[in-house]
Amino acid sequence: MAALTEEQALIKDQASSWARDDAPVSKFREMRDSGNLNGFDKGTWESIASMGWAGIIVPEEFDGVEMGYLTFGVVLEELGRQLTASPLLASGLVAASALVLGGSPAQKKEWLPKVAEGAKILTLAVDEDHRHAPEKTALTAEKKGGTFVLNGRKVSVPEAGAADAIIVAARTSGAAGQQEGISLFLVDAKLAGIDLELLKAVDHRGYANVTFSNVEVPADALIGGLDQGASVLDATLDRARAGIAAEMLGTAGQSFDMTLEYLKTRVQFGNVIGSFQGLSHRASVLYTEMEKTRSCVEAALQAIDAGSNDVAQLCSLAKCKAGEFLYNMSNELIQIHGGIGMTDEFDAGLYLKRARTLEAMYGNRAYHRDRFATLAGF
Amino acid sequence: MADNTEAFRVEVKAWLDENFPKSLAGKAGEVMGHDKMDPKHTEAVEWAKRLGAKGWGTPTWPSEYGGGGLTQQEAGILNEEIDAAGAFNPLWRTTGMGITMVGPTILEYGTEEQKLRHIPRICRGEVFWSLGYSEPNAGSDLASLACKAEDKGDYWLVNGQKTWTSGADVSDWCGVLVRTDFDAPKRDGISFLMMDMHQPGIETRPIQLIGGASPFCETFLNDARAEKNEMLGELNAGWSVGKRLLQYERASQTGNNAGLGRSKQKSLKDLATEYVGLDDDGKLLDADLRSRLSTYMMESKSHQLTIERITAEARGNAKVSAAASILKNSASLVGQNRAELALEIMGHSGLGWEGEGYDEEELAAVRSWLSGKATSIYGGSFEIQNNIIAKNILGLPETAQRG
Repeated sequence: MAALTEEQALIKDQASSWARDDAPVSKFREMRDSGNLNGFDKGTWESIASMGWAGIIVPEEFDGVEMGYLTFGVVLEELGRQLTASPLLASGLVAASALVLGGSPAQKKEWLPKVAEGAKILTLAVDEDHRHAPEKTALTAEKKGGTFVLNGRKVSVPEAGAADAIIVAARTSGAAGQQEGISLFLVDAKLAGIDLELLKAVDHRGYANVTFSNVEVPADALIGGLDQGASVLDATLDRARAGIAAEMLGTAGQSFDMTLEYLKTRVQFGNVIGSFQGLSHRASVLYTEMEKTRSCVEAALQAIDAGSNDVAQLCSLAKCKAGEFLYNMSNELIQIHGGIGMTDEFDAGLYLKRARTLEAMYGNRAYHRDRFATLAGF
Repeated sequence: MADNTEAFRVEVKAWLDENFPKSLAGKAGEVMGHDKMDPKHTEAVEWAKRLGAKGWGTPTWPSEYGGGGLTQQEAGILNEEIDAAGAFNPLWRTTGMGITMVGPTILEYGTEEQKLRHIPRICRGEVFWSLGYSEPNAGSDLASLACKAEDKGDYWLVNGQKTWTSGADVSDWCGVLVRTDFDAPKRDGISFLMMDMHQPGIETRPIQLIGGASPFCETFLNDARAEKNEMLGELNAGWSVGKRLLQYERASQTGNNAGLGRSKQKSLKDLATEYVGLDDDGKLLDADLRSRLSTYMMESKSHQLTIERITAEARGNAKVSAAASILKNSASLVGQNRAELALEIMGHSGLGWEGEGYDEEELAAVRSWLSGKATSIYGGSFEIQNNIIAKNILGLPETAQRG
């Protein structure tokens, strides 16, 4: 762990015990089995909101606690351990970041306090095709009098079913593939012309494809400058990447702990299987990777808090490294547990399924390897 | 506090300005490439002497034994300023394993008299230390070592053979693990002796490695002698002394040796740009290599961040710990991966052994690729480190082989 402040350490303990006692995997399983298409339990979300976590990065003047991204990461890691499902990342971290970074004073005043207290759920809609590619934004927003008219489709938008408003990346000029010409709009989710197709994804969390057909939004829905949305979008996505990497570290960390426990208790050939080098060495390698992943995740979160100039590199590094570790760890979780790992009754499958959706969000490993290389100048 | 550190920085700058010969700036590789500093290199010899006399070659060691007596923070400033001046710490090389391993272990386990006898000479850079650990039949299973020491009343009589003794042929002193009890369980009959290498009973023979260099020796001990007061730690308690020393070794192999002088090695990105080339978008022409290069750079960065994090968590007082095994394995993988990529990037030009047709950098890359294979073998192999992580960090039961 990074050297945490006393306050951060307290929040970590609080998040850890709350997730373990009040929102454990069994609770997620209940929600899944209930067929809840929102992908989270309302009571769980209310508890999260009541603890103030949705306001961790929201400035105090907008009723947040303004404790920074490392603190948010500490909470997300603990929730990731228990697969605690909620719109906390999508609304409290991602959408709130977009507003903090690019919102007008009026937008901040109207939305941030509600986001911070969890009274409203916001989400960011970026991807339009099979893969994460923000610069390929093609959904159009055409200026018409005092309004913009949105046409297009966003896919796999997290928490869209429960969202009160959607921050939409739209093209106001230029062509798909260009950074220039992207603008962000804060769109009321109930507006006419918005059609939601709720998805039943493999991780049973809330996602929807969202179609915009002649959706008219007022001019003051614009976040940041017209055609200049890419910089706010990039910065927001980097915060999303660091945050989700913290969640992934937690999900993988719990997978590691479950596996280690099994290595210490499962007996075959008259010995606990963790005494066999074929397995213990894999555990040692995974542990080493976990330590390195933690270094990357915490460095990214700390860089955001410090306003460093290498935030983009570190966030790509964190997402990529967390993706690598979670991919390997989730596979080893199943393999080392053997037959039991294949049963739905055991939790391993839930972690494996979640691992792959986390990997696809905000850019997979290939995306970030490419981006890291580009940022490094090759 | 900030004022004090600033004042110290000013003091360091002034001292370096006065004592470090400008003509040596950036020449760490040239001066420190050899085990023993070339005595004809009078400037370098003089610089080593000044640094040693000041105690700043061993900045954090206690000043009563000749060390610098600095705090970790001050030592950090010293290293930064040494780097900034293009200077380097030649004592890292000229004392062999004196600074990285033997000194810290003597400071921890030695008697007052042993500290006073050995530490100041390391601080002044006067003695080159080697270590006699491995034997032909005791490699990863080091505890099965058989080199024998007999108590002859006023001295120890030592007979046996050691191997992979780094720098034995040029060393003045050697820390030798010997068996002093053949009946006890194997780890309980080992002692640690400090032996003068300048005696007729000790012979060394360099071993030529795949990279062409001979950094290691076979060391033969035939009726060699050690003084009675040169046992480090208690009789038959040498295993824990020796293990502790290895932790210091691992800590020194984590890629965090500040003050060694900046290497002038080109970055892989620059090499790739030069040898492979970029397309019109500025992307490396070999897409597969580009992806692997990016992965390597991320691994390297995550390794550096891990060193920083572990140091920060220890509040700047990174005691050697089990984390050293993690860092050692990570460092060897990153280093070996780098060397492989460098060769691949250079293509045909990265396959030279010597002579015309290859430039110096290309030949160095090949030698470094070969010698680097040792990093996951020495100091406890990759697999031994994984045993240590499994046992000491993860709490997994010992593996089937007893030892």
